[in-house]
Amino acid sequence: MDKVQDNRAWFLIIPVFLIVAFSAVIPLMTVVNYSVQEIFGPGQTFFVGTEWFEVVLADERLHDALIRQIIYSLAVLAIEIPLGILIALGMPGGRSAKTSLTLVLLALPLLIPFNVVGTIWQIFGRGDIGLLGATFRAIGIDYNYTNNSLDAWLTVLVMDVWHWTSLVALLCYAGLQSIPPAFYQAAKIDGASKWAVFRYIQLPKMRGVLIIAVLLRFMDSFMIYTEPFVLTGGGPGNSTTFLSQYLTQMAVGQFDIGKAAAFSIVYFLIVLLFSFIFYTIITRTGEGEKK
Amino acid sequence: MATIQFDNLGHSYHPHPTRPEDYALRRLSQEWEDGKAYALLGPSGCGKSTLLNIISGLLVPSEGRVLFDGLDVTRCTPEERNIAQVFQFPVIYDTMTVYENLAFPLRNRKVPEADVDRRVRQVAEALDLTADLKKRAQRLTPDAKQKISMGRGLVRSDVAAILFDEPLTVIDPHTKWILRRKLRQIHEEYRLTMIYVTHDQVEALTFADKVAVMYEGAMVQLGTPQELFENPLHTFVGYFIGSPGINLMPCTLGNDHALVDGIPIPLPDRAVPAVGGKFELGIRPEFLELTRSGSAGSIPVQVTGVDDLGTSKLATVRLGSHTLKARLSEEQEIPALDAAIRFPTRWTKLYRDSHLVG
Repeated sequence: MDKVQDNRAWFLIIPVFLIVAFSAVIPLMTVVNYSVQEIFGPGQTFFVGTEWFEVVLADERLHDALIRQIIYSLAVLAIEIPLGILIALGMPGGRSAKTSLTLVLLALPLLIPFNVVGTIWQIFGRGDIGLLGATFRAIGIDYNYTNNSLDAWLTVLVMDVWHWTSLVALLCYAGLQSIPPAFYQAAKIDGASKWAVFRYIQLPKMRGVLIIAVLLRFMDSFMIYTEPFVLTGGGPGNSTTFLSQYLTQMAVGQFDIGKAAAFSIVYFLIVLLFSFIFYTIITRTGEGEKK
Repeated sequence: MATIQFDNLGHSYHPHPTRPEDYALRRLSQEWEDGKAYALLGPSGCGKSTLLNIISGLLVPSEGRVLFDGLDVTRCTPEERNIAQVFQFPVIYDTMTVYENLAFPLRNRKVPEADVDRRVRQVAEALDLTADLKKRAQRLTPDAKQKISMGRGLVRSDVAAILFDEPLTVIDPHTKWILRRKLRQIHEEYRLTMIYVTHDQVEALTFADKVAVMYEGAMVQLGTPQELFENPLHTFVGYFIGSPGINLMPCTLGNDHALVDGIPIPLPDRAVPAVGGKFELGIRPEFLELTRSGSAGSIPVQVTGVDDLGTSKLATVRLGSHTLKARLSEEQEIPALDAAIRFPTRWTKLYRDSHLVG
């Protein structure tokens, strides 16, 4: 049979092509386009090559923000992942009212919008009317997120832990529930300690969900914007100015479009790089090329 | 190794059991000998897993006691009883190698590393796992994984008993046969007390020295495969063991005979009081004799079908309103018109309310 030449099949992929183009490719290319130009106003643009990238990479404030960001994200992971696992291990199993209640309580923080979380903590931490701030003041702890950098930084961190540990716990809980009871019985019979059960049964079985949890929490915390913005707007000083804050100041505050675009691309690559590193580490340690 | 005793043991998942049906395991007093291979046989839901979990210590019985070598262990954990158990589906530690998997129960018990190595290699040898010792357990086939599960049970030389909970379910028929032989060999070599739960009569009969048949939570008979076959104490044993199972017919009692649809069938000499309950007459197809009518003690029947099974023939006959099966040798001729059957009194069993009375 002769092959029928019919190019009309191309029409079938047009919808997908258009959607991807408008949702991803065109915006991204616009950013790339901006990043290589100096823009003074509509119609007044000059090609500047890689100049913006050089400026961005040499920017001291950006370096500070990046270091702050990395420390913050690692702190988020270091607290939320172990805490989430612990909570999941302590949760009741099976189908009971207790289980449902625990699940609902855990899911509650996840339902609250970011800026509301920020507002809650902003009020909660105030020394005059906030429960937390007032309590600290009453027992003599000097806590003030508006002019103490460390306090502000810790508040943002605790806020994130409060908001998102539930997600890690729920993911881990799902992983734990998928372990058949025979595994625990066998471990009991093999005389395994609680630690050994965790190390050789629970942790390996949670690996899949932990990859997701680490990646989600990393990417999310690396792009944190709303909470510090609501709390102190990035202050005091620059102590809670993370990458997103700085980017927004640059793009919206100073209208430095070219520089901000170059920054966005660098930012994107950093997130991608870190995610790749985490993914590789976790999958490797699981598979472990022990030969 | 240990002798296992059940003292008035019973278990119910109900908080306040009253009727016998409330019990997952009905009252039981028995002694299982040291170093023997036992099989727990019965259909799903008959209580065999309940009994196994009580023996292993995963479940505390609601009534009675379990004794190992005379010592009350009813409330002891599996570790304290020193039990090994192999489950239906392979349980392996994914992140460990086969060697580490086998060594795990020993290392947890702080056995010196030299002994660990010796035992692991012995067991691996016995189960044909030597070539895989360095591989990660996760990468193996399901039957290799199940072998590892078994190996973890066998690796401890000092266990009181090894329990197998339908361990060959996931294994293909050929490997199944080999593994069962292996277990049997290991049993003969080390004289371990082994308890094997299964719903497959062939598995139970080929593996065990003694088979305990369970039915609706009760242990209806404990005996050697031969005893179960020749002298089933309960109609369920007759029906469950053997293929096809025992022929059963409701009957009434005469002086020294039973009446099935008004046809007298001679009974063994033992006198049976003709009181109470529902009587049934049973005979295994293997023992039912097919002859020509006219010979002494024979009852004329109609042959309705013959199945040639290759090594034997299975005849289906009608006696009154009942259909009976008779297993015959390949050579035996089957009379077409004037067929008759004879019930050898030695093999004719009388049951009252399902229990053997004569």
